[in-house]
Formats: sequence, C-alpha cells, structure tokens
Amino acid sequence: MVHWSAEEKQLIAGVWAKVSVEECGAEALARLLIVYPWTQRFFDNFGNLSSPTAIVGNPKVRAHGKKVLTSFGEAIKNLDNIKGTFSKLSELHCEKLHVDPENFRLLGDILIIVLATHFTKDFTPACQATWQKLVGLVAHALAHKYH
Amino acid sequence: MLTAEDKKLIQQVWGKMGGAEEEIGADTLWRMFHAYPPTKTYFPHFDLSQGSDQIRGHGKKVVAALGTAIKNLDNLSQALSELSNLHAYNLRVDPPCFALQFLAQCLQVVLAVRLGKEYTPEVHSAVDKFMSAVAAVLAEKYR
Repeated sequence: MVHWSAEEKQLIAGVWAKVSVEECGAEALARLLIVYPWTQRFFDNFGNLSSPTAIVGNPKVRAHGKKVLTSFGEAIKNLDNIKGTFSKLSELHCEKLHVDPENFRLLGDILIIVLATHFTKDFTPACQATWQKLVGLVAHALAHKYH
Repeated sequence: MLTAEDKKLIQQVWGKMGGAEEEIGADTLWRMFHAYPPTKTYFPHFDLSQGSDQIRGHGKKVVAALGTAIKNLDNLSQALSELSNLHAYNLRVDPPCFALQFLAQCLQVVLAVRLGKEYTPEVHSAVDKFMSAVAAVLAEKYR
C-alpha cells in the first residue's frame, strides 16, 4: 500500500487544480513525440508529425494528449489504489496497443518538465519529488498487467 | 546525434544561465537527492541538508563540468575523458546510463523552472540529447 503524507496530497492537489488538462496533456504528448521521436511509431495514423511545429499543431496529438492526461487525473482521484485504477488500461496497453512500458516512464518525466515550465518557481523540489513519485506509480501501474 | 541546431540551442540556453552556475548546481543536486533518495548513497560523506556547503560546492563542480562539455560539443569524448575515468574506476556510480538519468531529469527541471515557456520542445530535446551524450561518454570506460 502506497503511503501519501498530507503534504504530498496537498502538493498534488494544489498543482492539479491549476493544470489545464487540455494544454498540459497536448504539450506533454507533443514533447514525447519530439524529444523521443521513436515514440511516433504508435501514432502512424496521426498525420503530419514531420517537425516539432507540425507535432505541436497537430489536432490529433492535442486531442490524444488531453485524453491521456484526463486519464492520469484518475490516479489523482484514487491515490490509494492507482494499480486498480489502471488495471484495464494496463491490459489494453499490453494486449492491444503493444506499448513498451519504458514509454510510460518517459512520458511521466516529460510531464514533470511541462509542469516545471508552467509553474516555474512554484514547482519546488518538494513538489517535484512528490510528482516524480506519482508518475512513477502510474507508470508502474500501467506496466503491472503486462504478460 | 547532436545536430548543428541542437548545439546552437544548447549554447544559447547555457548562455542564459550565466552567473547562476552555483545555484543551478545546488538546486539540481538537492532536487535529485529529494526525488531519488537512492542517489544519496553516493554521498555518505556529505552533509546533505538543504543549502549545505558541500552540496553547493559539488553542484558548482558538476555544472562547471557540463559547461566544459558545452564548450566542446564536437569532441565530448576527449573533453570528458578525465571525468569518464573517474566515474568508471573511482566513483563507480551504478550504472551510468541509469543514475545519470536522474541528474539529467533534475537539471532539466531546474532549467525549465528558470526559463518557463522559453524551455521549448526544441530546447528540451537538445538538452535531453546532450545529457544522454554526456552519460554515454561517462559510461565508456566502465567495462
């Protein structure tokens, strides 16, 4: 059972309340495709991914980024049962999408950097540490049902 | 591989940090120790409390080494050769492609905090590639 201190819960809730899921989601996914171009392999039907500008402006990337971060929000609503929350999604990513779980870790780290650019000084070391813990748990949960 | 554009972006970003090297180094290390407690195992001889002189001193060293690397982007292997030996034979930080990722992540967060929106996807990509290249050079001599 993962333990969250009151401070950690506050650091998560405080940041999340100010996050635009649409903006941050789009940005995080775009950066994943830009910084780690091999991740584009999962998005062959997304159209133009030929340059950072194309990726950032791509409507499918934006829409999917929003979807992904919305789903991430479920973890925040269920901090005490992240594994259970992502059980079905884990199976999906393994059996249908065939995504290497390493990519969840990459996306998690990118989300942290996106949050840092948005929150700047408010994204304190304590804040970062809590969020690194969270994204690590989400990545772990998404990998949990792999077989 | 670092393109000409990557190198330009890296040098530009580093230029914007002018004068704040010690603070950036200290901030990076503190975040790393805080977010990734296992990294502290390499510093049992340090006072790891926030703002400690040792963290500041070491952070300054790390950032200076990165600065040297940035001045020698066309020949990282040679520029970091001494450090490569040090990490392989003395420090034996384990394994470099793994542990240095934590340092790289925290450095990126520090840069992102300082630059906000200016830490664009292109800059992010260039810095990420640079840190990977540094880690690869430091790992060269491990075995």
